[in-house]
Amino acid sequence: MLTVRLKQAAPIPLDVDLSCSAGDVLALVGPSGSGKSTILRTIAGLYRPVAGHVTVKGTSWLDTARKIDLPPHKRRVGFVFQNYALFPHMTALGNVVAALDHLPRDERTARGFQLLELVHLGDFEGRKPAELSGGQQQRVAVARALARDPDVLLLDEPFSAVDRVTRQKLYTELRELSRALPIPIMVVTHDFDEAARVANRMCLLDRGTILQTGTPRDVLARPASVQAARLVDLRNLFEARVIGHDGTRTFLDWNGRRIEALRADTRPAGADVAWAIPGSQVLLSSTDPNHADTTPNRFAGTIRDLIPLSENLSMTVVLDGADAPVLAMTLPAHSACRTGIGPGARVTIALMPDGIHVMDSDAGPDDGRETGR
Amino acid sequence: MDWTALWLSLRLGLVTLAILLPVGLLVGRWLACSRFPGKGFVEAAFALPLVLPPTVVGYYLLVSIGGATPIGQFWNATFGHNLVFSFEGLVLASVIVNLPFAIQPMQRAFEAIAPEIREAAAVSGLSPWQVLLRIDLPLAWPGVAMGLVLTFAHTLGEFGVVLMVGGSIPGETKTIAIAIYDRVQAFDTQGAGIMAATLLMMSLVVLGLTYRLSSNVGRRHGG
Repeated sequence: MLTVRLKQAAPIPLDVDLSCSAGDVLALVGPSGSGKSTILRTIAGLYRPVAGHVTVKGTSWLDTARKIDLPPHKRRVGFVFQNYALFPHMTALGNVVAALDHLPRDERTARGFQLLELVHLGDFEGRKPAELSGGQQQRVAVARALARDPDVLLLDEPFSAVDRVTRQKLYTELRELSRALPIPIMVVTHDFDEAARVANRMCLLDRGTILQTGTPRDVLARPASVQAARLVDLRNLFEARVIGHDGTRTFLDWNGRRIEALRADTRPAGADVAWAIPGSQVLLSSTDPNHADTTPNRFAGTIRDLIPLSENLSMTVVLDGADAPVLAMTLPAHSACRTGIGPGARVTIALMPDGIHVMDSDAGPDDGRETGR
Repeated sequence: MDWTALWLSLRLGLVTLAILLPVGLLVGRWLACSRFPGKGFVEAAFALPLVLPPTVVGYYLLVSIGGATPIGQFWNATFGHNLVFSFEGLVLASVIVNLPFAIQPMQRAFEAIAPEIREAAAVSGLSPWQVLLRIDLPLAWPGVAMGLVLTFAHTLGEFGVVLMVGGSIPGETKTIAIAIYDRVQAFDTQGAGIMAATLLMMSLVVLGLTYRLSSNVGRRHGG
């Protein structure tokens, strides 16, 4: 179990309280400057905050109140740097063995080999870092980080310097590793998809504070605030007024359109709220909007843009009405081929009530950004 | 050929190296790895001997370690002879004028190592001393060697400070550079020529070897 509490106003503003259990992979996600790397560096002892504590398995690594601050080499931490920071004058094996000082001398080489085997680099032990590909260097960095038999494993943007194909492979390997390794693992990334792929918990940071912690699915689809929704790039973000509740549903008035969502009890009728829906929860409805249909939340509009991606289509639709709201949606590539739609085509879309997430309206006077209406 | 003078110069060079190797490593790494207010002035102070005329350095040494000064008197009381116009005084002067020649190449070499490499070493469990010995030195050694070579070659050729602080006492302070000057003054062009050529060859060979070694290292590390 790893707990971190940090508080300082300058030079990097930080106000963070988080924990990570053994076996968990916690992704720290946020824009650059949100303080995510600083948190990792603080845990490793490479950065000293003004006030805070870091506790691992009940042992204090840092406690500014009690003047405890273990130097990095006394903290059992595995750290994978963004650019791997391999020792350029040592071979792959040398890099791993360099982190094995805690073992008796005659056991180090064998253990180094074992760790290289673990990251599928058994045949590359004699290569220098400059002779390895990006993905191979990353694996050496992971093997070196594991060599210390660490109490926590920290990875700082570990996938940013490798190509997409290699990245997919490394995601799988990290997930397998986390299953085999009963220690807290923390990954810093600015990529939400990446966080969802490797982590089972996610912590959304902005300007040194935590906006939301939860499963990646929750954080991405059910942001706690409008600010969080904007950070996770939830593009379908609108304002509405609560009409009332009925059974399992809540009804919203969206500029005259009636919307049915999952019940959000805490907001009374008449309250101004914000609501969001992931693009995957917006469906294409091929039938005529005037046709009798029990599907709720059906609206007519015109396709503005259609971008084919590798596995799906990204599409924006301008709905009819004076406010002309723009909805972003993703749909399987084959559905576009089937229906033969394109920019300018008239369509009817349906918003899945389960996918609609209602949150407090963002009425902050200091925030100049407008929520789409 | 004045063998005594050549031997004295070599001895002076080696003693200077022995002192400046640890000083250059520690100061060079400290300047490379730390940031603090006024760092520019500290670096400037260490670089001063590069730009000051040797006679100015020699003058200040004379007025600070001469027989009438507290340092000079202390030395005289402890060792029974003056610090100026002695081999020890010459060593002190040589160390001071060679500070930038030793420190700067070493500092540049340490600066060329990415800070994450040292951080990675620390989180791999290496203590600060182990980081210096196992990471910094193997990566920076071409720069360290360059600093040592420059120091040694510069010591052999140093003239102004030696003349100011050491005079020209055979076997004690008369280095090869002074001996060459003496020979020229005595119109012994041939004697001066032999010694000058010896010094030239030595410097060329040592520098050439160093450049060759450091370029090999650059290729090996892919950098």
